[in-house]
Amino acid sequence: MEFAELIKTPRVDNVVLHRPFYPAVEGTLCLTGHHLILSSRQDNTEELWLLHSNIDAIDKRFVGPLGTIIIKCKDFRIIQLDIPGMEECLNIASSIEALSTLDSITLMYPFFYRPMFEVIEDGWHSFLPEQEFELYSSATSDWRLSYVNKEFAVCPSYPPIVIVPKSIDDEALRKVATFRHGGRFPVLSYYHKKNGMVIMRSGQPLTGTNGRRCKEDEKLINATLRAGKRGYIIDTRSLNVAQQARAKGGGFEQEAHYPQWRRIHKSIERYHILQESLVKLVEACNDQTHNMDRWLSKLESSNWLTHIKEILTTACLVAQCIDREGASILIHGTEGTDSTLQVTSLAQIILEPRSRTIRGFEALIEREWLQAGHPFQQRCAQSAYCSSKQKWESPVFLLFLDCVWQILRQFPCSFEFNENFLIMLFEHAYASQFGTFLGNNESERCKLKLQQKTMSLWSWVNRPSELSKVTNPLFEANSLVIWPSVAPQSLQLWEGIFLRWNRSSKYLDEAYEEMVNIIEYNKELQAKVNLLRRQLAELETKDGVQESP
Amino acid sequence: MEHIRTTKILHHHIGSVEKLALTTSGCPLVIQCKNFRIVHFIVPRERDCHDIYNSLLQLSKQAKYEDLYAFSYNPKQNDSERLRGWQLIDLAEEYKRMGVPNSNWQLSDANREYKICETYPRELYVPRIASKPIIVGSSKFRSKGRFPVLSYYHQNKEAAICRCSQPLSGFSARCLEDEHLLQAISKANPANRYMYVVDTRPKLNAIANRAAGKGYENEDNYSNIRFQFVGIENIHVMRSSLQKLLEVNGTKGLSVNDFYSGLESSGWLRHIKAVMDAAIFLAKAIMVENASVLVHCSDGWDRTSQVCSLGSLLLDSYYRTVKGFMVLIEKDWISFGHKFSERCGHLDGDPKEVSPVFTQFLECVWHLTEQFPQDFEFNEAFLLQIHEHIHSCQFGNFLGNCQKEREELKLKEKTYSLWPFLLDDQKKYLNPLYSSSSQKFAVLEPNTASFNFKFWRNMYHQFDRTLHPRESVCNIIMNMNEQNKQLEKEIEDLESKINKCKNEQIDGVLTKELLHPVHPESPIIKTSLCFKEQTLLPVNDTLRTIEGSNPADNRYSEYAEEFSKSEPAVVSLEYGVARMTC
Repeated sequence: MEFAELIKTPRVDNVVLHRPFYPAVEGTLCLTGHHLILSSRQDNTEELWLLHSNIDAIDKRFVGPLGTIIIKCKDFRIIQLDIPGMEECLNIASSIEALSTLDSITLMYPFFYRPMFEVIEDGWHSFLPEQEFELYSSATSDWRLSYVNKEFAVCPSYPPIVIVPKSIDDEALRKVATFRHGGRFPVLSYYHKKNGMVIMRSGQPLTGTNGRRCKEDEKLINATLRAGKRGYIIDTRSLNVAQQARAKGGGFEQEAHYPQWRRIHKSIERYHILQESLVKLVEACNDQTHNMDRWLSKLESSNWLTHIKEILTTACLVAQCIDREGASILIHGTEGTDSTLQVTSLAQIILEPRSRTIRGFEALIEREWLQAGHPFQQRCAQSAYCSSKQKWESPVFLLFLDCVWQILRQFPCSFEFNENFLIMLFEHAYASQFGTFLGNNESERCKLKLQQKTMSLWSWVNRPSELSKVTNPLFEANSLVIWPSVAPQSLQLWEGIFLRWNRSSKYLDEAYEEMVNIIEYNKELQAKVNLLRRQLAELETKDGVQESP
Repeated sequence: MEHIRTTKILHHHIGSVEKLALTTSGCPLVIQCKNFRIVHFIVPRERDCHDIYNSLLQLSKQAKYEDLYAFSYNPKQNDSERLRGWQLIDLAEEYKRMGVPNSNWQLSDANREYKICETYPRELYVPRIASKPIIVGSSKFRSKGRFPVLSYYHQNKEAAICRCSQPLSGFSARCLEDEHLLQAISKANPANRYMYVVDTRPKLNAIANRAAGKGYENEDNYSNIRFQFVGIENIHVMRSSLQKLLEVNGTKGLSVNDFYSGLESSGWLRHIKAVMDAAIFLAKAIMVENASVLVHCSDGWDRTSQVCSLGSLLLDSYYRTVKGFMVLIEKDWISFGHKFSERCGHLDGDPKEVSPVFTQFLECVWHLTEQFPQDFEFNEAFLLQIHEHIHSCQFGNFLGNCQKEREELKLKEKTYSLWPFLLDDQKKYLNPLYSSSSQKFAVLEPNTASFNFKFWRNMYHQFDRTLHPRESVCNIIMNMNEQNKQLEKEIEDLESKINKCKNEQIDGVLTKELLHPVHPESPIIKTSLCFKEQTLLPVNDTLRTIEGSNPADNRYSEYAEEFSKSEPAVVSLEYGVARMTC
């Protein structure tokens, strides 16, 4: 196979591994096509089993014949390998470099991975659009499923099935698609059952400098308004940026053509600005020697929490429009594949209890990120340590997860899942044995035949043994809308992600265990009391029966 | 819907009152409280506002101790109950618990009449070999006569934390008695020949003090000392640091960047970290090197109290219990003369004497509870409640500036002690995750990399409910623990009832079986039983007031104001009582 030529030295003995919180271990290093493995010889256990695709960057240095490779992972972990022999070290380094940056998706691990667990439910079929639509169709008949994009011809980044206003036919949709960036015509993202208001999302309108308009587009979005009602268009760009977009053929909805809509510009950053923010934040977190002033100023200048606040604020604004103002919403930025999705998905977390359950959240990821065409392959190609600085690399999804974590912190009982679930999703979005996050949209996933050739992440997660790790013991269904605080004093650094490898969480983990124990014990006692009450009643009745004849 | 909510503010909690420019709806009045509550009133008539303003100014600044709340507070207890309350914390008992007096340490009667040092307590522990002339000599060489005495004795290591004030060394003065006393402290530790002298001030400040005839120990004059500066700033720096922090927090529509740059420029967390690092230095000296430590700053009642108490808390798990924490405060803060009344501004006095030194201590403890969630018997609410009462002047504990003054005020006769009231309410203050199994000398080794220090929102924004998590894990677990105890009891009851029932039946069956045997699981009985699983004690519901909160509270956008026109709170004057109606 092709990997063999990339692996010049498949095996080196007497390699010393250094990693956070563990004593150094000596062992044998093995390279396979997809993994870097270190086994300590004493007890033949694997000390390290690292996917090449999890490697973000490597550094090497030499002191005499001893080479050292520092591996920086996409999950922000940094490990060090001391390798005796300069040639071996160089070979290993170049192999890791080549194997961690394979060009072809089909060479990625998910295509080779064979599950060692029993698949109870095939995750590829867990969240079918038709089923998701059924949840709405019981409440409203104003919407329909459209198969206009069946061949991915109308919009390459949309799934084959989308939800659109019933009164708009496929022909009109085709026309609207030509008026929206990337063919992303407005589709339904969320239906608020409480009052029938909706969130729609799209790409920017292609108005250009001469103010082009599209009657079908106007008709489509007006079709979502009730008589006499106004809606809000949330443009995730500042007015300035939106105006500049006109020069490149893009633009925004003119009031004159959309009189029933009020446009609000919010400024959510995108692309390299977010990437730089992540790089700075991780750098700040990794340096334990910073004095207080330096740490605070680095944290500030990373702007990470500012981005969190911007995104959350916009999502809250959307939720407020829907729930409190009774107004429908259309959201877009430029492409409608990044900040738009952060906002639509977070608004749903705030508004809809189902999206705070494990399955509901999975469905949300499936709908609002995977099907909606967030380009995971591009955005998650590299993480905080890579120097390549490609425009399309950007921690959009991580920011979304961080925002969810912030809400989870503020409503620790309203989510069925715990922090581990979010961390796991972060890890799998960047490097995984599963096919779920491969490709940039449904069209690409279809061509790659992921459903046939790879395993879905959901097949693995939705088994009792995995679910128990990500279930929040404090969960009690909360049917209300939850309004998080977005004040800077309420937002925190997500330690579980950013300080994970920089400090021990032993005491916090033990405290969590204790909390789980108390809750479990409570359940046990409740069950026992119920049982005893029943026994007693039974006995008393028996007494009665025996005595009465 | 109109409902009336009453906001009660203790006059003593009022830090400042400010009248703002007249608006169309009335005259705004802003009250800043010492417990970090900020209240905005709008009084419709300017004249009323002026009257309220003047009254509050007078009421919040008392000239004499006797006018403070504690002297009129009456919780309806009789004299013996009150006295028992004061006896709850017995420091002699505490020194005994530590293991003194012993062969190396003894109780000194030198200060029994407050003759040597007015700001120390009567009972002081010193090395057995330090004679009275040595003590007297040393006290003359120390600021305010605060000579080196024992603060904490580590029984396992036989090492001690001692405290004092700065030496009056100037540029070259020395004092043989003082040198002897330090040597005696060294010798009282059989495990180590050297001791540390920790000057908690920044080196520059200590050097500047020499010009005023004060200063720090010259290593050449003292045998076997290792001298160390730890660089905690003085009360004035701390006061303005908190001031800056509060200014930043009070900013409307604060951005993340302004918050962090404000947090940084206030220096607050830097100061907190400095105190923590100093305490860790103490704990390490004792644990790792078996060395005794002598701590001082200038007068030895601010930074010294912080560092000694926090150091002991790291070393001894007793101080991490509810009762032990009270003892620690009584010992290192109250009895050793931390000037609570001046630092908290209980009376109308010199504003330059006010400083959040004790607040910083509480914050350090909070940071430790965050890092070691199972090592403290008490929870955050306990710390907040203590903070509330150092300013409330409701109890006598924190009135006055030293023990002598407190005796003169006859606080034990005229006021009540806070501690029994906190103990009675203990349930509220217990940490549900506390694991008491930890050893007496389980030392805490906190990580002080800067990223471990977070802004203590629940202290500085105690009253800004909208900033807090809407669901409290601590409360839920606390309640569940409570419920578990009830359930255990119920299980016991049920089991004994069942046993009784069974015994009766066996007796019954035995007698009846002779006549006509009955199948225990007869279908008649089964069908006659119809049970519903009862939901037990709806404990969670009371605490889980899950709200939706009000989105307008959160200022999501400038457009929010357009959405929900929030009315300002309007004050109406009824019977001379200011009521805020919302």
